[in-house]
Amino acid sequence: MSGRRDIFARRLDLVHGCVEMSHGGGGRAMAQLIEELFLAAFDNDWLRTQDDCAQFAVPSGRLVMATDSHVVSPLFFPGGDIGCLSVHGTINDVAMAGARPLYLASSFILEEGFSLADLQRIVESMARAAQRAGVPIVTGDTKVVERGKGDGVFITTTGVGVVPEGVAISAGRAQPGDAVLLSGPLGDHGLAVLAQREHLSFDAPIQSDTAALHELVAAMVATVPGIHCLRDPTRGGLASALNEIARQAGVGMRLREAAIPVREPVRALCEFLGLDPLYVANEGKLIAICPADSADALLTAMRAHPLGREAAIIGEVVTDAHGFVEMETAFGGRRLVDWLSGEQLPRIC
Amino acid sequence: MKYLDEFRDGALARGIAARIRQEVEPNRRYALMEFCGGHTHAICRYGIEDLLPDNVRLIHGPGCPVCVLPSGRLQAAIELVERERVVLCSYGDLLRVPGAHGDTLLKVKARGADVRMVYSISDALDIARAEPKRQVVFFAIGFETTTPPTAVAIQQAQREGLGNFSVYCNHVLTPPALRALLGIAPSPSVLPSPLAKEKSGTRVQESVDGFIGPAHVSTIIGSQPYEFVAADYRRPLVIAGFEPLDVLQAISMLIRQINASKAEVENEYTRAVGAEGNRKAQRLMAEVFTLRPTFEWRGLGWLPNSALAIRPEFAEWDAEHRFDIPAIRATDHKACACGEVLRGVKRPQDCTVFGTACTPDHPLGSCMVSAEGACAAYYHYGRFRQAAAS
Amino acid sequence: MCLAIPALVVEILEQEQAIVDMGGVRKPISTALLDEVAVGDYVIVHVGFALSRLDPEEAAETLKLFAEMAEVISDEIP
Repeated sequence: MSGRRDIFARRLDLVHGCVEMSHGGGGRAMAQLIEELFLAAFDNDWLRTQDDCAQFAVPSGRLVMATDSHVVSPLFFPGGDIGCLSVHGTINDVAMAGARPLYLASSFILEEGFSLADLQRIVESMARAAQRAGVPIVTGDTKVVERGKGDGVFITTTGVGVVPEGVAISAGRAQPGDAVLLSGPLGDHGLAVLAQREHLSFDAPIQSDTAALHELVAAMVATVPGIHCLRDPTRGGLASALNEIARQAGVGMRLREAAIPVREPVRALCEFLGLDPLYVANEGKLIAICPADSADALLTAMRAHPLGREAAIIGEVVTDAHGFVEMETAFGGRRLVDWLSGEQLPRIC
Repeated sequence: MKYLDEFRDGALARGIAARIRQEVEPNRRYALMEFCGGHTHAICRYGIEDLLPDNVRLIHGPGCPVCVLPSGRLQAAIELVERERVVLCSYGDLLRVPGAHGDTLLKVKARGADVRMVYSISDALDIARAEPKRQVVFFAIGFETTTPPTAVAIQQAQREGLGNFSVYCNHVLTPPALRALLGIAPSPSVLPSPLAKEKSGTRVQESVDGFIGPAHVSTIIGSQPYEFVAADYRRPLVIAGFEPLDVLQAISMLIRQINASKAEVENEYTRAVGAEGNRKAQRLMAEVFTLRPTFEWRGLGWLPNSALAIRPEFAEWDAEHRFDIPAIRATDHKACACGEVLRGVKRPQDCTVFGTACTPDHPLGSCMVSAEGACAAYYHYGRFRQAAAS
Repeated sequence: MCLAIPALVVEILEQEQAIVDMGGVRKPISTALLDEVAVGDYVIVHVGFALSRLDPEEAAETLKLFAEMAEVISDEIP
């Protein structure tokens, strides 16, 4: 920026200032917002060109692209915020194909009146997440909508990655006899967010588990290139992810409740509210489905990584014309692990 | 988690299940009804029936306050919140129950009405204090477990002179529902009791051999109110705790009584239930509520002295006094068999629209919406058994 | 019907309130339905209210009964 004529009369007020309509107007105000807030945080060669796009060489191999919109409320929650969530979420979607994530794009829809201090907090969180993951944000967009027409900020991130040779990961590949593995305890993210909502007033030592999983995936794929399927159980939880896979692959599954890790405070808050941890969102966990004879090796590889320390084999894929995901309860009976109906709501009964 | 995990132990479950297998008489059939929806939920969620011998059958009863709420009462709340623009506070259980024309509180919220889910009536009081310019109405449902909290809140509102808070009261009572199931109501109910293969004046034959009594209703009312089940109708009732081991143990106790031709009220949930119940809670309920002469129960018809209304002294906090809430007769969907399911006459899978036109995503009746409704519980946790059988 | 859970009273507050702890999760609840509640008591909590005290001795008795039933069976099964 040195040597260039400074076209902004005054710096942005990042302490008390708010988003205004002009910040999305395409003029000086928008340029200033981008430069002093977004570029300052995301700073890299691509963004410094200040083009409307990013140009990069494409390594050989199969490309993967994924996109995610983030509308979480509240914007800040124990363990994270909408910013790092959006970075991790798209990195993970790309990683679930077994791919190495390369670049991210992010676009923002800002509500008029949104605090610039909060926006800076979010953007800096994204920058940190992207840097730690080694996946730069190379291009983006900003729009502003009138007060009342947005929820503070909505973020959409898109990512591209490349799949290594010999890796073919997709839900359709799950086969009867395969093992089902889970990388760690369920329910932390969904409950961390829920516990913040008004009128629930629970004081729970629960933090979002939001994390970028691509390095864990790389270690897994290096050990067992023949992994059939990877999926991160986000909205709708483990139950929804497994039902989706079962449907795509035309199979069923049999799980063992005793093998599924759930931390005590998560179990406790679920008990209070009548929620089932199998349906609560996770943002730093993955499911892996692999041939049975690779399961032990895969488990070892997962447990060797910080994000997979509590990984477990939780069940197996079976033939089932109905596509049922069934579970042997810790009590010794059996139950269905069904699709989620609507949204899971706390109950009194 | 203390006092939960120990009561879910799988090894102990196997032991009690083996004992039950030993105790059942091989040529005898046992039909046991769990009254309480929470027990229905536990039975399905833990797969308790898998541990029972084939000749023990569990019948799901009507103890689900959401399921027995007539859709007309729900429709009235939907219309209230739209018409009067109040803040309607509700437990999560009610938000997806269909009223008339399939409308729900969630849908009316989507149309702009101020419907807020709360965990406790205390939260509704907080909202009323925080928003003095808005009228806050709490949609009260529940049996005797949930009623004392409403009593406390109404008295609190009175002490504070909270002028913008009121309660739409739909609290109902357990013993009258049990009476109705056993075929004896002081005045005839609209629907004949399914359990009476009767002739008036002769001893009724019932098809339920024993009852698993509610856990937490009993912490409030104690074990005494169930004595009539044993004394007058010669059926054993065992009050069971909420955890799966409690339920199994209660089943075992019922089987032993049935084998010995006994009919007594026993208490398995001694750690939380005494004979007298919670006297303070009972007193508070009596101070705030009075019996409605009659009230309509989905599936059981009009039952006298079975539901509560707010006393005139507290009329200021009675939403039916503050607002004009008309009585709405909403008829259930023609194919809906909730009434029969609630009385244990039909199993969920016997309903012609179960799992097809009626699913948790598109419920036709309340048994499919409430998490502990028999149909929802079976659909969500157990319908693989239906597929296996066919 | 009634989702209620056992929780430990960890702090007594004014105006018939207390803080309970279940599995590390804490919540303020009303004790208005009970006469005396002390720190260290276990209570059954439903919709933010303590409904009754849980009697630890009865709980232990019940568990003992379960264990006895389970043992008897394992003795009898060859």
